Amino acid sequence: MIHLRERSAQEIRADFPIFARPTSRGKRLVYLDSAATSQKPQSVIDALDTYYREYNANIHRGVYEIAAHATEAFEAARARVARFINCAPGELVWTRNTTESINLVAYAWGHANVHAGDTILLTELEHHSNLVPWQLLAQRTGATVRFIPIDERGMLVLDGIDRLLEGCKILSIAHVGNTLGTIQPLDTIIPRARAAGALVVVDGAQAAPHLPVDVAALDCDFYAFSAHKMLGPTGIGALYGRRSLLESMPPFLSGGDMIRTVAYDRTTFNEPPWKFEAGTSNIADAIAFGSAIDYLADVGLGWIREHEKRITRYALERLMTLAAHGLVVYGPKNPNHTGGVLSFNLGDVHAHDVASILDTEGVCVRAGHHCTMPLMEKMGWHSTARASFYLYNTEEDVDALALALEKAARIFKL
Amino acid sequence: MEDFYRDYILDHYRNPRNFGHLENPTVSAEELNPLCGDVIRMELRVDGDGIVRDVRFSGKGCAISQASASMLTESAIGMPLEAVARLSKDVVLENVGIGISPTRMKCAMLGLRVLKTAAIGSLAAWPDEE
Ligand SMILES: Cc1ncc(COP(=O)(O)O)c(C=O)c1O
Repeated sequence: MIHLRERSAQEIRADFPIFARPTSRGKRLVYLDSAATSQKPQSVIDALDTYYREYNANIHRGVYEIAAHATEAFEAARARVARFINCAPGELVWTRNTTESINLVAYAWGHANVHAGDTILLTELEHHSNLVPWQLLAQRTGATVRFIPIDERGMLVLDGIDRLLEGCKILSIAHVGNTLGTIQPLDTIIPRARAAGALVVVDGAQAAPHLPVDVAALDCDFYAFSAHKMLGPTGIGALYGRRSLLESMPPFLSGGDMIRTVAYDRTTFNEPPWKFEAGTSNIADAIAFGSAIDYLADVGLGWIREHEKRITRYALERLMTLAAHGLVVYGPKNPNHTGGVLSFNLGDVHAHDVASILDTEGVCVRAGHHCTMPLMEKMGWHSTARASFYLYNTEEDVDALALALEKAARIFKL
Repeated sequence: MEDFYRDYILDHYRNPRNFGHLENPTVSAEELNPLCGDVIRMELRVDGDGIVRDVRFSGKGCAISQASASMLTESAIGMPLEAVARLSKDVVLENVGIGISPTRMKCAMLGLRVLKTAAIGSLAAWPDEE
């Protein structure tokens, strides 16, 4: 894709109406929690508004003009999201979010294929969304869950991977971890998992917003992600599934829209992806997800990745100057290996107190266990504060973070 | 909110009063705040007249939960156990002196909930849910 003109983060920021509003204390909004959810550009908000104002109608069944328009926009959005991760539209199932996408695989594929004695392989740094569905599947089937271990920096230890993969039915792994931001070496892991005969599921919640993703090159079987972390609305997500698997596996939810024919005693199902989309879909949000993809593609994932590396590098430098106050950054601390996420603590101050003080300066960070309780336990961290960066963050945001941290250090006399 | 981190709050956080354990507590309770993983344990010694003679708290967490638990132990000593069981969130709001942001209310009220649970003998509701 050719970019006629590179945009600056400042210009990008102007596309997001929320940044025009000061906080209740009159501070500039310094939003450093995009790993939880991203802000939305005007074009995405407009897409929702236009749908409801101009062509709100149910899809796939209506014969009238606005119903045809809605169906067309809905399927066009699917095609854009599919192209964005390099799959066919028929391989992209709409879901509510990453969590539902993973559950779809765990229930539909898992129920049909996982049996007592099988193993499911995860890593020690998965989000609860990529852990709990597999625990429940294991409980239902009598399978066992195993974990690829991590070292003290939070990097995967791959020495024993081939043994762990022996007899493994499913490998499910985050592309980018949400607590430490580590980009996982999928290029080495996936071929080995496939050679071992395991189904490969990738949790792309933190990767699809930030890195160019090519599911064909990755050669995974499923790839799950959420619109709300990549400029789109909440309530819509996607699951890429290899076409042959989507065809052979049973449906997840059932009801209207996912059927071909229904008699009182039997039903034949629609073809994928609609086979997995029971009931009226989240039409407006799917269409707006398409607009978010347009925005991301226009800026370019290459630019976004480089920008986040720059900001992360700057933030690491800036936070190092607070080391004298007891500031500690966790994880790999190398922007080439992380996806714009920094987890840290300020001395012995609880992360919630840090986040509360940062909030008074308009700086939004997350504090707590980040839905990775087993990881926190393993690393011996009670909680951490986490700053995460996206295309609209600037050096000024990082400076505001550093100044607010100095304020916290002053209050706690560090 | 910045007002919350006043010197006397930080003092209770850094030097918690009645921190530790009792030899043979009459009643005790422990609770986790699932939002932040903070834990507080309260142990009470009650005399034959039903008066709370001693309280110890233990646990770890943010300045708000720890300081308000520390202050609460001072409030509870000398009170009838029955009155402890009926304490309202006002005791915490009076102790800490200023408004707490809604997002941190659960942290501030954790100690009270544990104290009341110990006094009642079954799980108390979060004081801000009453
Ligand atoms: C790595 C990872 N996986 C899964 C999820 C769950 O995403 P959602 O809540 O959109 O389903 C998140 C969200 O925080 C995440 O960071």
